[in-house]
Amino acid sequence: MNGLFGRVSPQTLRLVALFVALLATVLFFSTQIEGYLSARMFNRISTSAAVVLPVAVGQAIVIMTRNIDLSAGSILGVVAYMTGQALGAFPEMHPVLAVLLAMGIGAVAGAINGLLIAVGQVPSIIVTLGTLALYRSFLVEYSNATTITTASLPAWLVDLPQASLFSIGALDLRVTVALALAVCLVMGIALSRLRAARKFLAVGSNPDAAKMAGINAPWVVFIAFVLAGALAGLSGFIFLAKFGNITVVAGMGFELKSIAAVVVGGVSIMGGSGTILGVLMGTVLVDTIDNSLTRWELVSEFWRDALLGMLIMAAVTVDTLAARSLNRLRGKDGGAQ
Amino acid sequence: MMDRLKSWEGGLLVVFLATLALNASFAPEFLTVQNQINLFQLSIEKIIVALVMTLIIMNAEIDLSVASVMGLSAVVFAHLLNIGFGGVEALLGCLVVGLLAGCVNAVLVAKVGIPSLVVTLAMMIGYRGFARVIVKDQSLGGFPEWVTVLGQKGLVGPLPLSLVLFFVLLVLLGVLLHRTGFGRQVIVIGTNAEVARFSGVDVARVKATLFIMSAMMSALAGVLYAARLGSVRGDSALGFELDIITMVLLGGVSIFGGKGSMAGVFLSILIILNLRNGMALLNITGHVQTGVIGILLILSVLLPNIVNALRARSARA
Repeated sequence: MNGLFGRVSPQTLRLVALFVALLATVLFFSTQIEGYLSARMFNRISTSAAVVLPVAVGQAIVIMTRNIDLSAGSILGVVAYMTGQALGAFPEMHPVLAVLLAMGIGAVAGAINGLLIAVGQVPSIIVTLGTLALYRSFLVEYSNATTITTASLPAWLVDLPQASLFSIGALDLRVTVALALAVCLVMGIALSRLRAARKFLAVGSNPDAAKMAGINAPWVVFIAFVLAGALAGLSGFIFLAKFGNITVVAGMGFELKSIAAVVVGGVSIMGGSGTILGVLMGTVLVDTIDNSLTRWELVSEFWRDALLGMLIMAAVTVDTLAARSLNRLRGKDGGAQ
Repeated sequence: MMDRLKSWEGGLLVVFLATLALNASFAPEFLTVQNQINLFQLSIEKIIVALVMTLIIMNAEIDLSVASVMGLSAVVFAHLLNIGFGGVEALLGCLVVGLLAGCVNAVLVAKVGIPSLVVTLAMMIGYRGFARVIVKDQSLGGFPEWVTVLGQKGLVGPLPLSLVLFFVLLVLLGVLLHRTGFGRQVIVIGTNAEVARFSGVDVARVKATLFIMSAMMSALAGVLYAARLGSVRGDSALGFELDIITMVLLGGVSIFGGKGSMAGVFLSILIILNLRNGMALLNITGHVQTGVIGILLILSVLLPNIVNALRARSARA
């Protein structure tokens, strides 16, 4: 046992635990829900997780720098609306341009957050609590109480959620899912390999030490918020494609959904540690539980939120207690050697 | 430090008086006693919980689950009345719900040591979920007449019960925070928890007390909410936590703990209520009102920062 704990890092153990939890969840529901292990269910959960995944990755980067973005849901709503409106007015717009537009609008909103936090030195929880309300009220004013409808959108966008990149048997990898996974891949590799991206973790782990090491901490925090805005924008685009009808309440609550996924994924809320693979598994785990509970006949659908809250709490509690006893164990080992 | 606080509250007072003057000039009916009571009434549940939230944030913690506890308590109150319990039993039932919720939060934050942001975020989903389990997608109403009378009509002169309760709690919690040993411990822990621990303060006990207080106060606020509106649903009080936290932060309480005062929070409550009321009189919609308060919240921290930076620059020059 000691040898195992000595060699495997806590971060790896956490990923293994998350994977086991995910596997156990799927196995459990496969005994409870008829036809659960089907391609249909896979597609349902993967396309639903694809909406949350980019915004969760952005949230993770912000949290790694010891900040928080409570405005993510409002940014998502603004982007979904404005992109939908632009596509309604210019149906000829190239799909890549539409994605870039969505991420661009998100990045502008993120830059406003970042500017106030990095230059204005206002705590991120205050700034994003303010812009959570501000961006939403902007959307209400801007939309003038009109709704984006599926009918006004170009056909390619409406068909996008059903479009597959490739299929293995009946299992499809939908384009939106591939897009979300690409974000994870790029950010995951960057955070573990790129010196520039490691600065997010350095700033969150110890801001003073990072400053002494010559890192321009405010600049790093600013970039983190711009990235988070752009990724919330990408989620907004996928949201628009998936739902088609966009009202002023679009994306409400996504800030909390993304934080929950990030925390379950093992990113420390105190900053400085976490992996994108963890965020991916955290998002999929929360979404799997959410999607499965609605179809579980044994409990009524009204139990969904209660169980979800308890499960998130249980996951975090187990994680905290396990990490602590692991540290204690290691402390003893270190003393003996 | 004392000067800074004084100037902060002085600033709030100026903003408050300006709001009053503007409102009164736009709408003559604004300054009537009834209108002032009404604007308190409309947000009474939020401002009562904001008083305890002040202590929590001064302690460098946060409680995001308050609105869910409020919703759960409102639903439990309505449910207990509907299945035939009396008012006192229903109120006690709600306080027990608050106590249980508070104990869960307290154990996870103070004993297990999970950051309160994470604990109360998860429990915010959980407690709201239990409210939905009880009412499903329906609404519960049809309370006995005395409940609505107590919730809406005047008790002391034109002042309804909830408003009397607010002022009593304002004084009690103000004294608790600024004049007692417990209050000093709350502030010391908020300033530096490690130092507090080494000087023999029982940090876990103080934090546990605060989270239980917060949940029980939210449960009480939930009962007031049910009594005022006369009917409750699963999404009652949804999203109130953001308004409550905004009131506290605008009052000059530092999000990092240790700094702030009950007087500042009271002034901030007065400003927000009057500003919203004034905007409503000018036919500005609720969403835009919230946006204006969001700007105010950011400015409340940004402006002092800019002033300090300018001062530092001119001192160097």
